[in-house]
Amino acid sequence: MSDTLVNGTPWEGPEGTTVAELVAQWCPSPRGIAVARNGEVVPKSRWQGTRIVAGDQIEIVTAAAGG
Amino acid sequence: MDYPTDGTEGSTELADARLANGANGVAGVATGAGALGTTAAAADTPLTIAGQPFCSRLLMGTGGMVSPESLREALQESGTAMATVAVRRVDPSTRHSLVELLGELNVRVLPNTAGCFTASEAVLTAKLAREAFETDWIKLEVIGDDLTLLPDAVELVAAAEELVDEGFTVLPYCSDDPVVARRLEQAGCAAVMPLGSPIGSGLGIRNTHNIALIVEQAKVPVVLDAGIGTASDACLAMELGCEAVLIASAITRAHRPGLMAGSMRQAVQAGRAAYRAGRITRRFYADASSPFEGMIDRSANGTDVADDTQADHSG
Repeated sequence: MSDTLVNGTPWEGPEGTTVAELVAQWCPSPRGIAVARNGEVVPKSRWQGTRIVAGDQIEIVTAAAGG
Repeated sequence: MDYPTDGTEGSTELADARLANGANGVAGVATGAGALGTTAAAADTPLTIAGQPFCSRLLMGTGGMVSPESLREALQESGTAMATVAVRRVDPSTRHSLVELLGELNVRVLPNTAGCFTASEAVLTAKLAREAFETDWIKLEVIGDDLTLLPDAVELVAAAEELVDEGFTVLPYCSDDPVVARRLEQAGCAAVMPLGSPIGSGLGIRNTHNIALIVEQAKVPVVLDAGIGTASDACLAMELGCEAVLIASAITRAHRPGLMAGSMRQAVQAGRAAYRAGRITRRFYADASSPFEGMIDRSANGTDVADDTQADHSG
């Protein structure tokens, strides 16, 4: 799925990957992490039940020094 | 004995009385009127935002930190109870956790919407922050200009209204315009956070008059946020009646951040005490602090030129 972006970079993972699985690949722990899919927040409670489809733009965010 | 006054005393007295009597429920002392209340001697009430008390009036920004170790030291030396964090893409190469560090130091996380230029960007960022950090507190920043990082008042107020509607506790970073500050308060923000000068500029408080006006009118805490450069700036903010200050670059980018953090901690305490103590009025002329009574006879010297005026001209 080369037109799927995760944090701005093309993502080649298999279609149907859940958000929970994706986060596990990117983060050692889900604590302090939030996900947006196509500009909308995906609540933690729905990570397991949300599957990535082609063309999705995913943002995985956390705290960074700032402000 | 009444010392001569210069006539301007009345107006400065009034202005200083207004500055001393902040609008945030902390009674100052009416200058010159001798109206010392028992509040002057009583212990200070803690900083309270949205019903939440804080043991420190120094909020810290984590931006600009050179290293996690230096940030840890600065946070500790500052004594801060709340620190801002930005919401950014996960960097898999980062091993340390900012949220864990703050938790360990018992510092409350205040996420911000730094980098947002529109209300919708800020609202999405705030929602992500709420999800990530399990807090509905948000420092709202909506910037209008890359170079100055000055807030876009129009987008800011729109974002504040939407976020308050969505149940957020909004602490907006705003310009030092009393009208914008009032709009934000009317929109339901839990505090107003006017800038002293542009973020990271270290220029201190450019418009003390406006800050005093905002303090006078606000019913929510006023937190001076942005532009503080050194200790005297933080002290001045508190003297003007701000309930707290938010400091990032002045600490994190100082040559010795830990030392500066400790200095700022003292400066905030000093300014707050000075505010509560009630300063003297500003006078155009001198007001002698030593009494006139009991002075020796200056004419006894004999060589004093002024004696001529007292010489006997009757001859």
